[in-house]
Amino acid sequence: MIVLRKFLRAFLLLLGMASAALAGPYEEALPRFTSDSYADTDAAIGAVAASGNPLAVDVIEALRDGRLLVGSGQVFIRRASGDLINAATGQAWGNPAGELKPVRLNNRVRRAIEAALGSLTLLNPDAAKRLEAARAVFRSRDEAALPALEKAIAQESHVPVRNALETARAAILLSKQDAPPTQKLTAVQTLRDRSDQEALALLSNLPAHAPPEVVAAAGKAADGIRARLAFWQAFQNVWYGISLGSVLLLAAIGLAITFGTMSVINMAHGEMVMLGAYTTFMVQELIRSYFPGLFGASLLIALPLAFLVAGSVGVLLERTVIRFLYGRPLETLLATWGISLILQQGVRTIFGPTNREVGTPAWMSGALDVGAMSLTYNRIAIVVFAFSVFAILLLVLRYTSLGLYVRAVTQNRRMAGSMGIRTSRVDALAFGLGSGVAGIAGVALSQIDNVSPNLGQGYIIDSFMVVVFGGVGNLWGTLVGAMTLGIANKLLEPYAGAVLGKIALLIAIIVFIQRRPRGLFALKGRVVEA
Amino acid sequence: MSIFDMTRRNLMALTAAALVSSATAQAAKAEETIKVGVLHSLSGTMAISETTLKDVMLMLVEEQNKKGGLLGKKLEAVVVDPASNWPLFAEKARELISQHKVSAVFGAWTSVSRKSVLPVFKELNNILFYPVQYEGEESERNVFYTGAAPNQQAIPAVDYLAKEEKVERWVLAGTDYVYPRTTNKILEAYLKSKGVKAEDIMISYTPFGHSDWQTIVADIKKFGSAGKKTAVVSTINGDANVPFYKELANQGVKATDIPVVAFSVGEEELAGIDTKPLVGHLAAWNYFQSVDTPENKAFIEKWKAYTKNPKRVSNDPMEAHVIGFNMWVKAVEKAGTTDPDKVIDAIVGIKVPNLTGGVSEMLPNHHITKPVLIGEIRADGQFDTVWQTDDLVAGDAWSKHLEGSKDLVADWQTLKCGNYNTVTKKCGS
Amino acid sequence: MRTQYLFDRQTVLVLSILAAAAILVPAMNGLVPPGSALHLSDHLVPLLGKYVCLALLALSVDLIWGFCGILSLGHGAFFALGGYAMGMYLMRQIGPRGAYADPILPDFMVFLNWKELPWFWHGFDWFPFAALMVLLVPGALALVFGWFAFRSRVTGVYFSIITQAMTFALMLAFFRNDMGLGGNNGLTDFKEVLGFPVQAGSTRVVLFVLSVLVLAGGYLLCRWVVGSTFGKVLVAVRDAESRTRFLGYRVEHYKLAVFTLSAMLAGVAGALYVPQVGIINPSEFAPANSIEVVIWVAVGGRGTLAGAILGALLVNAGKTWFTAALPEFWLFALGGLFVFVTLFMPRGILGAAGDLWERSSRRLRTRRSPQPFTQAAE
Repeated sequence: MIVLRKFLRAFLLLLGMASAALAGPYEEALPRFTSDSYADTDAAIGAVAASGNPLAVDVIEALRDGRLLVGSGQVFIRRASGDLINAATGQAWGNPAGELKPVRLNNRVRRAIEAALGSLTLLNPDAAKRLEAARAVFRSRDEAALPALEKAIAQESHVPVRNALETARAAILLSKQDAPPTQKLTAVQTLRDRSDQEALALLSNLPAHAPPEVVAAAGKAADGIRARLAFWQAFQNVWYGISLGSVLLLAAIGLAITFGTMSVINMAHGEMVMLGAYTTFMVQELIRSYFPGLFGASLLIALPLAFLVAGSVGVLLERTVIRFLYGRPLETLLATWGISLILQQGVRTIFGPTNREVGTPAWMSGALDVGAMSLTYNRIAIVVFAFSVFAILLLVLRYTSLGLYVRAVTQNRRMAGSMGIRTSRVDALAFGLGSGVAGIAGVALSQIDNVSPNLGQGYIIDSFMVVVFGGVGNLWGTLVGAMTLGIANKLLEPYAGAVLGKIALLIAIIVFIQRRPRGLFALKGRVVEA
Repeated sequence: MSIFDMTRRNLMALTAAALVSSATAQAAKAEETIKVGVLHSLSGTMAISETTLKDVMLMLVEEQNKKGGLLGKKLEAVVVDPASNWPLFAEKARELISQHKVSAVFGAWTSVSRKSVLPVFKELNNILFYPVQYEGEESERNVFYTGAAPNQQAIPAVDYLAKEEKVERWVLAGTDYVYPRTTNKILEAYLKSKGVKAEDIMISYTPFGHSDWQTIVADIKKFGSAGKKTAVVSTINGDANVPFYKELANQGVKATDIPVVAFSVGEEELAGIDTKPLVGHLAAWNYFQSVDTPENKAFIEKWKAYTKNPKRVSNDPMEAHVIGFNMWVKAVEKAGTTDPDKVIDAIVGIKVPNLTGGVSEMLPNHHITKPVLIGEIRADGQFDTVWQTDDLVAGDAWSKHLEGSKDLVADWQTLKCGNYNTVTKKCGS
Repeated sequence: MRTQYLFDRQTVLVLSILAAAAILVPAMNGLVPPGSALHLSDHLVPLLGKYVCLALLALSVDLIWGFCGILSLGHGAFFALGGYAMGMYLMRQIGPRGAYADPILPDFMVFLNWKELPWFWHGFDWFPFAALMVLLVPGALALVFGWFAFRSRVTGVYFSIITQAMTFALMLAFFRNDMGLGGNNGLTDFKEVLGFPVQAGSTRVVLFVLSVLVLAGGYLLCRWVVGSTFGKVLVAVRDAESRTRFLGYRVEHYKLAVFTLSAMLAGVAGALYVPQVGIINPSEFAPANSIEVVIWVAVGGRGTLAGAILGALLVNAGKTWFTAALPEFWLFALGGLFVFVTLFMPRGILGAAGDLWERSSRRLRTRRSPQPFTQAAE
């Protein structure tokens, strides 16, 4: 069976070779890959793509993936299976003489590859590849691809691909000197419908030879797009704010529990986040070396582990240090600050001071386009995650006995104690819960920030601001606080810049605390002052 | 006499004895060794970058001792930890020179740490080798700058982008401190002198450790979609880079569309990032670990063996220390003494091989000649050199492109001046 | 009466140690020949001077935390502001000796193409003005900040957190190069102070002695404040703020006054610190620094004044030793110290020593008169 398949492949390749022999330019182009010059490689790609040789796509894809090898003046393709074939003849190549080196790439070559593959794969049976090809042609605006485009549009049935093909054609027509004005006007219309940043760029940078009526139409269309983009920009900023707010919410919500129930200022809270992030790193390392297939699920596996690791460190801290400091909130601040130094230096000693790599699973990369907004999947994941954590915590506090005890202790410790609640056990569990939640926040933050011993430091002040601003002992306050600060920050940033925006916000919080010393959602209770 | 008293007295006697013996041991040692100070943060925010340089120095000293030391004496490295705290840098420098009597110090990373120790080196007349690329605009008699000046990194990188990538629109993004500010000033002046219009340059500064890059990356994308080829020149520092690159990858900014060329991102920084989405983004340095020369191969082998870590990477500031240390050794041999005054005179003109196949020379302005390499990030976290200068480039202490410094030159050999004004023909005015 | 509490045993001890330091350090540095075991090498003088300034900062924190219960986690900000005021004076003294030789503009402004001096730099070339600013700038900030905070009764943890926010905001602001204060590099490369070269050994000795004298003065001032009727009210506020208010005292006025005084003391400490370490940069505003000051006070003994001085000296000397001898372990030691002191020595070294003293004297007393000791009802 295998023999037969091999034979068949060899036969097909022979056919390919025969046509290659006829094509001529293909074989002339190939040796240019061996010269180790980017300019030559660039030229060779163009020539190979234009040759029409059936091996052309293979050669260019191999080049893109670093599988196009050269040695002793010849060019070889390494198949995914590891077999080598001679690019010139298409024949299998067993033992190459001498050392083979992959053809080197730079951005110029990568762009050439993209453009070439674009025009070559417009008719690919895979719709995703056709879409990619259409986008590549749109970017390259290669006039030579126009006939292929027309052909592709004529037989395209998939709507998104067809749209992409048409915008690509419009882009080419607009920059093509000898295209009739009517065609150009249609092109303007097509781009107007596309109505995004790239369309705007095309419409506002018409070539000098464009006829006046086209220029006028393009100007009008560009104005329309600008208005639409400005409209969406506001939503985009709010989205950025929500996603920043979610990060703050994740970092602060565990703090809200410990601070709320026990008025313990846990300065080591940031380090719990860090422990969660390092747990993610460890999980990914293990998965990489033992179960590479599970990588997509690595974050999900890390979640419970991070909760356990950070949670148990939290319980340990509570039992060994913090429980001796009740009623002295300012001193817990100092002790936990000391603990945070120890944890930081401990992690630095074990894992080294440098950043650790935490990978992003494939399902979290990429972006979703809504209107003219672009929502990246990893931010969506973090927002969804933050709100789920919030909801779960709310449910835990509302409907479990632990939650009942925690709320009772928060509202009136002494009375809760008199009612038979073992307050010290509740404290330990609440502290563990808060720390565990910080740990799972670390899993999320490992996706957008450094995984280094300093990770927690960056979030501690912001988390305190959120908790204090929102009001202690109330999760809703934390939610509102985090979202307000996140959105305000992102709305200010385009005008004031990142630094001034943040300073303004800090001042606003300081002033706000003067107005409402107990935060937005102050807990109403009998105890006026501690 | 109780047992307690007994032990206490014994303890005191022991301590005293230990103190005396350690003092005499130190005195005896001082006779035989030449001390070299290592002033790099081992804790705090800069530990992430500087710890490696301490290890390199320890390795170089050990290696030199295997070769028989220097002037017939053994070398001894004195390591202190300035803990990323700038006043502590000055204090520790003073301690190294006054108390430990070191002959030279290798250290500092940030500009501010260098600025903090400068007066100490001037006052106590010692030598500092500073291994990091920096903003220039400085030349001191007691300092040797073995990292790149802006003309050895930034300007060649911009030239490359303009020529090879046909870039016409520039985003200069940096952390808000002196190095990015100065580099961007120089680049802005340079680009304008090349005919780039003001509206085609966007400058953006962010605070240290900035972690939310959504808005800025979106702005860059927007700026880059105006129809002209756009590139980002990044002087973003240290920790802020990881979230920056993560955000670039997430928002789909590919190197083929908007390449980012960085001056502060090397192999060490990339070790903490998943580099697959970053393939093709660039960095400009004077050394890459991937450079294929026998010198570099030998160095990396020794380095991995010394750290007992086959995955340990090497980077540009490490090479700077290698060059600086070898230059110092040669200068001491030439002068026949470790006396700083004699070494400072002897070291100018000293040539030592660098790791990229050339020979670097110490110039009269206390900067060195270096090749400039542009590398593209590979999927494995290394760089692929895509371009390099034909010759070594001499480091300029004072930039020709800045208003305040275009008339200044530094020459410690003939003019004996770090800021000689060629117009007024005076030193320091 | 007044002299009695002013010159109790502790005060006399502190003052005599400080006086001894002010005499011995110059003598051991200048008179004892370098070879001798008693010689104090040149690099130790500014180091000791630095410790003394930090002790003054700790003293200012103890004044409000130990005696009025105000835990400021932003006192580093006042210290740094005082330092910046002094640094600006020192920058102006450089004159044309900077790298660009501009007679007026400091180097970093030339560097950033600034054409003229920003308005807030004017006057700093005149020492009395700069000295006034050393007091006024931190004082004014404390006055405004404290007025808002105390008036609306922001207390305890909330106050601590907003002071932290204050110093953090200032740090971000000072890091900005557009502030015109040197950005991250801060102010450095000073040449001379009041005509004396900053780097010279003799200037350093004088600065050291001056710092010791100021510390002694600051200590006396704090003693006098806490011993006065005003001080008694402060302690009352610390122990029962509401009760004090119900008794008719305007609590916020007392708090505001002592907070402002403390901020000015911190400013003076910063001003003395800068010429001795030779640099001031925004990292002095880092929240971590302010927290560290509090731990010095806690180590030495909160509410004892002398303890703050002792704690600052001990922890900083430990830091110097650790970062040279066991660099990797410094943070473990510091962190461990935080935990140890809060858990086992809640009243610090002086407090623990006092307990020990009291217990032994009580043992003596009980031996003489065997009456049971009754604890005061709470």
